[in-house]
Amino acid sequence: MLYSDKVMDHFANPRNVGEIADADGVGEVGNAKCGDIMKMFLKIKDGKIEDVKFKTFGCGAAIATSSIATEMIKGKPIEEALKLTNKAVIEALDGLPPAKIHCSVLAEQAIKAAFADYYTKKGIDPEPFVGKIETDCHACDTH
Amino acid sequence: MKRFVYADNAATTKISPAVFDAMVPYLTEQYGNPSSIYSIGRDARKAIEIARQKVAAAIGAEPTEIYFTGCGTESDNWALKSTAELMGQKGKNQIITTNFEHHAVLHTCEHLKRQGFEIIYLPVDSEGYVTAEQVKNAITEKTAMVSVMYANNEIGTIQPISEIGQVCRDAGVLFHTDAVQAVGHVEIDVKAQNIDMLSLSGHKIHAPKGVGALFVRKGVRMVNFIDGGAQERNRRGGTENLASIVGLGVAMEMAAAGIAERMEKIRQKRDRLIDGILSAVPKTRLNGGRERRLAGNVNISFEAVEGEALLLRLDMMGICGSSGSACTSGSLDPSHVLMAIGLPHEIAHGSLRLSINEETTDADIDYILECVPRVIETLRAMSPIWNN
Repeated sequence: MLYSDKVMDHFANPRNVGEIADADGVGEVGNAKCGDIMKMFLKIKDGKIEDVKFKTFGCGAAIATSSIATEMIKGKPIEEALKLTNKAVIEALDGLPPAKIHCSVLAEQAIKAAFADYYTKKGIDPEPFVGKIETDCHACDTH
Repeated sequence: MKRFVYADNAATTKISPAVFDAMVPYLTEQYGNPSSIYSIGRDARKAIEIARQKVAAAIGAEPTEIYFTGCGTESDNWALKSTAELMGQKGKNQIITTNFEHHAVLHTCEHLKRQGFEIIYLPVDSEGYVTAEQVKNAITEKTAMVSVMYANNEIGTIQPISEIGQVCRDAGVLFHTDAVQAVGHVEIDVKAQNIDMLSLSGHKIHAPKGVGALFVRKGVRMVNFIDGGAQERNRRGGTENLASIVGLGVAMEMAAAGIAERMEKIRQKRDRLIDGILSAVPKTRLNGGRERRLAGNVNISFEAVEGEALLLRLDMMGICGSSGSACTSGSLDPSHVLMAIGLPHEIAHGSLRLSINEETTDADIDYILECVPRVIETLRAMSPIWNN
């Protein structure tokens, strides 16, 4: 498995690891059977991502995609953070091996799941904002 | 301080200096084609036959029963496909094997299944063993052959090969064993153990990559594996991998010498490694039985940790190991071996195999025991499924 220097950097020194006790939104995707679970914690203030933390059970790419995804949305307005795509995550990491693309999808979905929780807590239907959340990556189903 | 500790000898080994020295002349001055008539050709032929004698002697075989191949996988392919073809002609279309063989055997069986063979996969128990009784009960008049690995490559469990050999001989069924992981680690005597075919590989025993051998008992019929020249008694054409074959001969001679003493020393280090990890790290388990186990094999699962991340972290500390996680197996499922002994997916994902050898020092063991708990702690601290 050939990882870029960026992936290795984020794996070796992951940013924003941890939990937020009074998070405004928490999302978890993936499952232990597949070997990947990502959990995202959001703190929102004045329409911006004031803080974001993650916890990930998974391979090097799973940890690196979670790490860089948190870095990409931290401090950003909600609207911008919601636009984060797995493609942008891949680009920011200077690429991922084909077998690891699903990790970037999980990172995008984990953030969206956290936003869904945020909207739901506020009594707002999250679907118009985050679309349908894939809590499983489904990579396992295609094989 | 960062060290370099190679603990993946079940994956491959370093070429030993004696093997290397023996090979060099055949890569430089003595480059003759073993099929040529002039002196450097004849010298090459002699070197190959000496290597054949050494390989044979190491497993209690006759030199004429040894065929050199390109790797252990080739030996497995040859043994299974050849026997299947010849036995299939007699209406015997059933192959008995286990569910935790190496892919060299499993995928060859899948190929044969597509050709119409029935494959019986004997289940191993939770400790990673099959019994001769299971083999005996599975044999029918349709059985073409039995293929059971000598020792498992992931969890190191050593199978009751002599007993299985006896059962097969009594039933008149051909018995092949993939001994790639066992050669040099356990005493092998193909005659006494009633083994009809045995696969072995050079690079697991300090010979180079790209050379292996297949033992075929005298009297067992074989189909040519590569049609071509008269090499390997017409059975496997192609100019011989001269230097590597010479290297394999030396490596086999060394691997078969003083096995008991060598393994006892390795076993002591291995046990210190197993006990050290199990006592230092909670929620861990040793995969595979401890008693009939390769002396250098450690395979431990850590809850709430994924194997590839573990390997990458250990690599950052200079430690080389392997894992049965999906991410390292190249597929989305974790190791079929760990699934065969009944591990749930999530535990199988968090496995670590360390395979030490005679060069592993006490300081290496200390270093691994210092690093593994730290790495597990780091990964568990960021794992959402770790509750402590």
